[in-house]
Amino acid sequence: MAPEAEFHRSGGSADAEPILRVENLVKHFPITEGILFTRRIGAVRAVDGVSFDLRRGETLGIVGESGCGKSTLAKLLMRLETPTSGRAYYRGQDIFALSGAELRRLRRNIQMVMQDPYTSLNPRMTVGDIVGEPFEIHPEVAPKGDRRRRVQELLDLVGLNPEHINRYPHQFSGGQRQRIGIARALALRPEVIICDEPVSALDVSIQAQVINLLERLQDELGLSYIFIAHDLSVVRHISDRVAVMYLGKIVEIGTEEQIYTRPTHPYTQALLSAVPVPDPTARAHREIIRLEGDVPSPADPPSGCRFRTRCWKAQERCATEEPALVHRDADPHPSACHFAERRERVVA
Amino acid sequence: MSDLTIQRGPVPGGHLLEVRDLRVEFRTRDGVAKVINGVSYHLDPGETLAVLGESGSGKSVTAQAIMGILDMPPARITGGQILYRGRDLLTMREEERRAVRGKEIAMIFQDALSALNPVFPVGWQIAETLRHREGMSKQDARKRAIELMEMVKIPAARTRVRDYPHQFSGGMRQRVMIAMALAMNPAILIADEPTTALDVTVQAQIMDLLGELRRELDMAMILITHDLGVVADVADRIAVMYAGRIVEHADVHSLYAAPAHPYTKGLLESVPRLDAKGGQLATIRGLPPNLMRIPSGCAFHPRCPYARDICRVTVPPQQVVGEGRTSACHAAKEVLDGSRG
Amino acid sequence: MSELQSVAAAEVPETVAADRPRSLAADAWRDLRRNPIFWIALGLVAVLVTMAAAPSLFTSIDPRACDLDRSNLPPSAEHWFGTNVQGCDVYARTIYGARASIAVGIFSTLLAGMLALLFGMLGGFFGGWIDAVLSRVLDIVLGIPLLLAAIVFGSSYQPGENMGIWPVVIILGVLGWTTAARVVRSSVLAAKQQDYVQAARMLGAGNLRIMFRHILPNALAPMIVVLTIALGTFIATEATLSFLGAGLREPTLSWGIDISAATTRFQDAPWPLLFPAGFLAVTVLAFIMLGDAVREAFDPRLR
Repeated sequence: MAPEAEFHRSGGSADAEPILRVENLVKHFPITEGILFTRRIGAVRAVDGVSFDLRRGETLGIVGESGCGKSTLAKLLMRLETPTSGRAYYRGQDIFALSGAELRRLRRNIQMVMQDPYTSLNPRMTVGDIVGEPFEIHPEVAPKGDRRRRVQELLDLVGLNPEHINRYPHQFSGGQRQRIGIARALALRPEVIICDEPVSALDVSIQAQVINLLERLQDELGLSYIFIAHDLSVVRHISDRVAVMYLGKIVEIGTEEQIYTRPTHPYTQALLSAVPVPDPTARAHREIIRLEGDVPSPADPPSGCRFRTRCWKAQERCATEEPALVHRDADPHPSACHFAERRERVVA
Repeated sequence: MSDLTIQRGPVPGGHLLEVRDLRVEFRTRDGVAKVINGVSYHLDPGETLAVLGESGSGKSVTAQAIMGILDMPPARITGGQILYRGRDLLTMREEERRAVRGKEIAMIFQDALSALNPVFPVGWQIAETLRHREGMSKQDARKRAIELMEMVKIPAARTRVRDYPHQFSGGMRQRVMIAMALAMNPAILIADEPTTALDVTVQAQIMDLLGELRRELDMAMILITHDLGVVADVADRIAVMYAGRIVEHADVHSLYAAPAHPYTKGLLESVPRLDAKGGQLATIRGLPPNLMRIPSGCAFHPRCPYARDICRVTVPPQQVVGEGRTSACHAAKEVLDGSRG
Repeated sequence: MSELQSVAAAEVPETVAADRPRSLAADAWRDLRRNPIFWIALGLVAVLVTMAAAPSLFTSIDPRACDLDRSNLPPSAEHWFGTNVQGCDVYARTIYGARASIAVGIFSTLLAGMLALLFGMLGGFFGGWIDAVLSRVLDIVLGIPLLLAAIVFGSSYQPGENMGIWPVVIILGVLGWTTAARVVRSSVLAAKQQDYVQAARMLGAGNLRIMFRHILPNALAPMIVVLTIALGTFIATEATLSFLGAGLREPTLSWGIDISAATTRFQDAPWPLLFPAGFLAVTVLAFIMLGDAVREAFDPRLR
């Protein structure tokens, strides 16, 4: 393995039991009519049967374009939404069956870093209050006298000056605010952190700082990440395994190497071919796979394979039989396509 | 197609568009922010110039100054010239200025939803420019609007011409905005972060479309963006901006192969690559400067790994480092050699 | 740097602001300090409140020392504002009258504020049928014309003993909380959507903590703005009610009562009406100006 790759913890520990297991998670948002007596006339199928495992210490990247359901998935995992059906297990515990004190304990183990550093912090609270709030909600984690010190430690851990503990969010830059959000997520020493587009709102030069921070924290604290983003380069950099979502389903999942160098699902191939690489010499032989048409509405997805309306390989079988997310001959990683096959020069 | 052929062809003794030493200030309650501090670049017919920078670099403000859409208080243009075909837009008479802006130089923005009026059908909005400025009749303008929508590849243009902006997807709205900009067959199109808010597959379609249209209509383009991938894909030349100044100016191949300014170098090294999985990302340490308190000398010096004493004191001049290449850095040669090595 | 943000769209630079911690309230205060109208209004309000609290500082004359022989005298060295039809010193009555008006204003505003907070927070936060019911209650109260209802309620009770200002305070508070409640409700609805509220939920915060720590502070600012202006209107309304005989009654000293009593003889003796009316106008104006200044200072911060 090349030295740079050594830096990354290779995906997951030897534990047999994944730290997070998601089974057939479904979330439909009903579309209703009427004011006083509402009638259901349909549903937006935001997440429509998603299953995956997260192993301890690994980073699972989830990519997809707008409307694919990745944000809804994040909210489901954080129990901000209740699923229509399906299960998710944290260390064997069904997270949707928990309530009361058990739910509160769960919150200590799964936390989230949000996208927008300008709205994810309460502008009327000091940084110390924001990062210290988890201790107020879960007083058993830190005794009162100890909290200030812990908050300062956290600020230091994310690369901020602990003396700024009394400042307000608007006195910090976007990248620094994101660090504050990360410190807040770390306060309760969670094992799993869901990163929902954590660097999308930041400048390019600041993105690198925050990405490095997240990686360093993962190594130091043994964290497991679910990293949701639309920037494919960032996801490749930080992830061990990657899942590609389209219209509420995972269409392909594998190691970052498998997905980025040997994708077999047409959507993944199209997605990768569309990303411009910062290398002008690639212009000459770049082949962008053009997708026809618009993304179908998640309220009315196509029958069978959802991608068939835009897929150049679509046949009759694709309309009648939904392809399962299983290993395909083309490459030993799960891909939901009847005609999965490798393709030359997908990434320019 | 175009009856405005007089706008094409080489410009006598100069560039199609030239910005010379532009200076813009913003007066706020908290002080004066020097947003543009002596920016100069030029654009020739048919080429694509990318203005690359992060937020606060001033890249959008320069374009807004060219288009004349800066809010004049609090903004003030305190110096410089903007020459279109040799004539200074800033000192022209108002009618002459209006003949240029919007007609010969058009602009598209990042957020199509807020650039389009939500209460009018898109066809009406496209046609309005034509009726207003060309004095076309309603029927002719409408016909032309449909033609334009077809040109930007909006399917079923004939029926969609009556639809409202919210009935289009993000990518389609962007096409509508492009159609509006092209209605007057401009010589220059300024695209301010046109694809930043779009999905990557849609982004590819839009950039493709822009490339096709440029060639078909013989249009020059200024592309304002922070995306190094997009720039590598479409630009001919690049002007890199930092804290209101141009720090490097080069053709696209030279810039990516061997940058001559520490900021450019830092940017290129800090971007994760799609085609390779690297180790830790190299970062530019520190934060972008406060525009009300720009560091003395070279604005980049607090963050620069090549900084020397002179950088703190003297603003670096534009040094020629190659054919058509400049770099505003006291250590330009060193950086360039380091990049090549 | 809010102007910079609004004009230069995506050009917001990443900066670190002042060196000392500055809350949004501190920023608002800094703007307030520089506004001359704020100081004028504050000065007036301070004088008036002192007048209400300690009228003896302004005059040593007993407002109830009335001498029918000295009825309707014009202003003189002895009676600065003259005397009214009953021979009472108008200046003294005006000074003492401030207490009733300002007390009514302050207490009815407090009552309205509490009701507004209650209805607005509960409805906005819980939504669903709670919000539906509370909103309908709000609509009903809103539909009742304030003045008309106040007159009906005000005239209908016949106090045996003098209940003072409280009946009027209750009437005004109970009928006047609706606008503030709407403002609170919409602030709560907006605050509920904020990412930081979601973040608090994810940390395991319960409803109570979210309401008081995250939502209430954001709902307070706009409500205070509305109420400061409402205070002025409450004072004016009280005066109207007292004028019509449906508000404060004798022997309470009030500008409205004085104005009412002085109306009939206005042509001959304008002073007993003009002075209380003038003070009334200035008081209302002072509170409204104060509210305006506060609103201007807080507005950009609400963004």
